[in-house]
Amino acid sequence: MVQTIETQNLTLSYGDSIIIDELDLEIPKGEITVFIGGNGCGKSTLLRSIARLLKPKSGAVLLEGKAISKMSTKDVAKQMAILPQTPIAPEGLTVLQLVKQGRYPYQTWLKQWTDEDEKQVTNALKATGIEELKDRPVDSLSGGQRQRAWIAMTLAQDTDIVLLDEPTTYLDMTHQIEILDLLFELNEKEQRTIVMVLHDLNLACRYADNIVAIKDQKIYAQGKPEIVINCSLVRNVFGMECEIIMDPLLGTPLCIPYGKGRCILNKAGTMIGS
Amino acid sequence: MLLKNNSQRLFGLIIAIMLLICLMCASIVYGYTDTTWKMVLEAFRNYNGSNEHIVIQTVRLPRSLIAAAVGSSLAIAGVLMQTLTKNPLASPGTFGVNAGAGFAVVLAVTFFSVGNLQAFTWISFLGAAIAAIGVYAIGSVGREGLTPMKLTLAGAAMTAMFASFTQGFLVINEAAFEQVLFWLAGSVEGRKMTVLTAVLPYLMIGWLGAMIIASKLNVLSMGEDVAKGLGLSTGFIKIGAAVLIIFLAGGSVAIAGPVGFIGIVIPHVARSIIGIDHRWVIPFSGILGGILLLAADILARYIIMPQEVPVGVMTAIIGTPFFIYIVRKGFNAR
Repeated sequence: MVQTIETQNLTLSYGDSIIIDELDLEIPKGEITVFIGGNGCGKSTLLRSIARLLKPKSGAVLLEGKAISKMSTKDVAKQMAILPQTPIAPEGLTVLQLVKQGRYPYQTWLKQWTDEDEKQVTNALKATGIEELKDRPVDSLSGGQRQRAWIAMTLAQDTDIVLLDEPTTYLDMTHQIEILDLLFELNEKEQRTIVMVLHDLNLACRYADNIVAIKDQKIYAQGKPEIVINCSLVRNVFGMECEIIMDPLLGTPLCIPYGKGRCILNKAGTMIGS
Repeated sequence: MLLKNNSQRLFGLIIAIMLLICLMCASIVYGYTDTTWKMVLEAFRNYNGSNEHIVIQTVRLPRSLIAAAVGSSLAIAGVLMQTLTKNPLASPGTFGVNAGAGFAVVLAVTFFSVGNLQAFTWISFLGAAIAAIGVYAIGSVGREGLTPMKLTLAGAAMTAMFASFTQGFLVINEAAFEQVLFWLAGSVEGRKMTVLTAVLPYLMIGWLGAMIIASKLNVLSMGEDVAKGLGLSTGFIKIGAAVLIIFLAGGSVAIAGPVGFIGIVIPHVARSIIGIDHRWVIPFSGILGGILLLAADILARYIIMPQEVPVGVMTAIIGTPFFIYIVRKGFNAR
């Protein structure tokens, strides 16, 4: 397994409270890695720290073996793109202007805009299917379209690694699948390493090659969803009892929580009335 | 956005520059002392020492140049401030510069009996700089460093503090009140050319610096996290912008006293005409700011002639309708 991102003894904190404690994590190249865990477990904080948006209290994040804190921020931006949670575009910014900003790391005083920049922007618009929307203001788009536009910006950055913090938040089910399918395709076709935080365990199992479950400032488990996801993991990480069944379409693990609700099954396990 | 592509924008910019030049000339020609365009040409070609020529060279010319320079600087400082705070109602005043300058001048008058306009220049510049550095420092305290909200709050708190100190001193010391009142209203009248030439280097650094960081401000306006992710050193750029604001707004208040509304209104007018790209907004705001202050200053001479309305009042009269329009149009909290 080739590592692309690695953390060594990484400790993250907000003030005095430790969020992540001496974490050693390796993220495999060319795969989709998803961080899961309960609310406030630090999965977003960890992602932000990997993206150098948050300084660690101690320890280091390594990118291809080099400490990220020692690299120039523009060089990092050429290798790794980050889409933060629910970013907000300035009022009136068009989709094209937004996607063009993805080329910022490549611009210098002498080279303001090159053919390569133009090509990357066109490709990013095409890959996300928003070519027709390019002259529309970002704030006039629907949630799904807007998220595509932001993803296009990170693609224009032309990095091997793309980090996304809850890219499906606030989207309806259709658009959640649409966005995750898009990321899945990018990983398949272009072998980009994708690291993201997802709230939905079932979507995480469906799209992730590698799941990282975080609990009590540590990694509780890491590996293929079909290997690591089971009832005891869900109980310990999320504090919830559940059944794990096989997704009838794809075969990936599917979590069915226990709890209250309308029960329309009789004791024999068939539907009442049938 | 009125102008949709770059050639239209360039055309708009050229028109605005021509209007600015026309108003600068008009500012030299029109006023209480009756002068004509021909007289102005004469005054520069072969100066004859007549009353009109003296007025043109020592009163009207500095006044015209100062109005253009101060108007431009305030407008550009306003753009920087609104981008830095992500607050559409921010202006150079939000950074505490006007309140700090006012307090420094009142302090100087009260304790050191300083009374002339020349001395006010450096005192107010210093006061503006100290206040702005204070606002920046307070806004940067805490884990996340300088955030738009903390900057806005620190600015409001410091402004309130300096304003109440100023008022307190003025209530106690009536003599100071007399001397300072004309300064506090804001004016470009009666300033010597040396006042402008002393401060001009700072303003020019401000104009040039703002143009240089324009494309970085575009990145910053997408939010702190996105900007960092794109490889922008956000801390560096925020300090740079703050220094430019101190030069521009501090220099302006040093020359003309606190002149309101330009810094808040012009950036919005510029954006509604030319779009949101800072590489256009900054030069265009600069030109429009000069136009507004020149126009306000020329009108100020005619409303209650032979007396003059303080230009700070005129910009407010012209600016208020725009201000109400901005508020009514409604802005998303960003």
